[in-house]
Amino acid sequence: MTSLGLDVLFKGINMQRLLAGLWVSLRISLIAIAISIFLGLVVGWLMTRKNIVIKAITRVYLEIVRIMPQMVLLFIVFFGTTRLFGWNIDAEVSSVIVFSFWGVAEMSDLVRSSLISIPKHQYESAYALGMSEVQTYLSVIIPQTFRRLVPLAINLITRMIKTTSLVMMIGVVEVLKVGQQIIEANRKSSPNAAFGVYLTVFILYFIVCWPISMFSKKLEKKWS
Amino acid sequence: MKNILKKIAATGLAAVTAIGIIGAGTALASEDADTLYRSVDEIIESGTINIGVFSDKSPFGYVDEYGEYQGYDVYFAQRIGEDLGVEINYVSTEAANRIEYLQTGKVDIILANFTVTPERAEEVDFALPYMNVALGVVSHDDNVITDLSQVEEGQQIIVISGTTAETYLVKNNPEIQLQKFDTYAAAKSAFENGTGVAWANDNTEVIAFAIENEGYTVGIDSLGSADTIAPAVTKGNDSLLSWLNDEIVSLGEENFFHADYEATLADTYGLDYEDTLVVEGGVIAAAEEAE
Repeated sequence: MTSLGLDVLFKGINMQRLLAGLWVSLRISLIAIAISIFLGLVVGWLMTRKNIVIKAITRVYLEIVRIMPQMVLLFIVFFGTTRLFGWNIDAEVSSVIVFSFWGVAEMSDLVRSSLISIPKHQYESAYALGMSEVQTYLSVIIPQTFRRLVPLAINLITRMIKTTSLVMMIGVVEVLKVGQQIIEANRKSSPNAAFGVYLTVFILYFIVCWPISMFSKKLEKKWS
Repeated sequence: MKNILKKIAATGLAAVTAIGIIGAGTALASEDADTLYRSVDEIIESGTINIGVFSDKSPFGYVDEYGEYQGYDVYFAQRIGEDLGVEINYVSTEAANRIEYLQTGKVDIILANFTVTPERAEEVDFALPYMNVALGVVSHDDNVITDLSQVEEGQQIIVISGTTAETYLVKNNPEIQLQKFDTYAAAKSAFENGTGVAWANDNTEVIAFAIENEGYTVGIDSLGSADTIAPAVTKGNDSLLSWLNDEIVSLGEENFFHADYEATLADTYGLDYEDTLVVEGGVIAAAEEAE
């Protein structure tokens, strides 16, 4: 036990602190994920429209998200808005904004690609059967889109959860930061703490992300 | 072809927009900063002071197993809170964002082992120092290097690449051969295996090493230009700056920072280096006298 550096986890309230940190990571990512899924569906659908203005705007938006590291976005929202407009956005709220901004872009791109991957004859057959546009979407297109979307979206969701470790740069103490605090506070008494603590953080991330991919597998099976 | 052109145009537009955002951010940075900080009166009125500290740099600023902030910097922060009569809100900072926190007024004071440098002094205002940092050289007990001239031809000194120790030795003692390592762990094991006669690093690091490991002595505990560590406030926040300076001077009368050292750093650095490391009342001179 001692050689693995697991003993530090049982000192004081260290385990509770790690779990509280995990909850911070989850709180930020889950809110951002919910926003991303909802707005991503809307924006993704907009992207398939033929309107050139909408296309241009969404394109620019997507490229901004793609080329900007999330860290830069965090600094812009947390520090940049204070400098530019004097707004004092809470660090956690800033994180949710950045992760949603990122998530909506990626999610909408996934929705767009899933939508355009549905062959044209599916629409045409539905119309030929006398369905309205709404009916066509609800009973023909969306169910098929979802099937293609789920595995891609799950990938994005787990990535978003793991990327929350960046929020320590704007002062949010999440699970990885708590881990580093524990390692450093015990640098002298347990030099091996790094292994045990990072192992625990790994397991915590796994416990969170694994059920999500299991759930997606179950859905895929059900629909296939 | 048309598609590719469109794509290139869109990407270009996105890049320009992004650069524009960043550019605007930096351009407006300095002119707005003066309205963002809080004066001493405003802090007292609000009842809370925001102090940026490290949360993972033991023994200067760290969080103990009960989730409480501790360390040399925090001990001082605690006293600032008491003397202002306000609650303290500790903000966990990283080395890379300390200046940003002050410039946006998101913290009132940074007390995060902040070394005073001319470059930083252009961005923030430093108060009087409360600690010394310099380079130190640790060597094996059977051949203690107390002066760099003792290093003979063919002998090597170990340094970690990119540290101030490396820069200093390359510049001031080019005749000495250096053995460079990328990480602390690699340098440590090389030194323990005797591949170098001595190891040069920040004096706090070599002192801690000599205390934690048997058979080594810090022959030189203060080499090169001694830097200092001081609290920093937002540039232009004169009321808080002068309050801090007065505070540091008056705390000197009760030997506050020596008490701070004994409470927080003595475990790591031992009592022998108290006068080398502590700056009392903002007066730097201790380093030379302690030799």
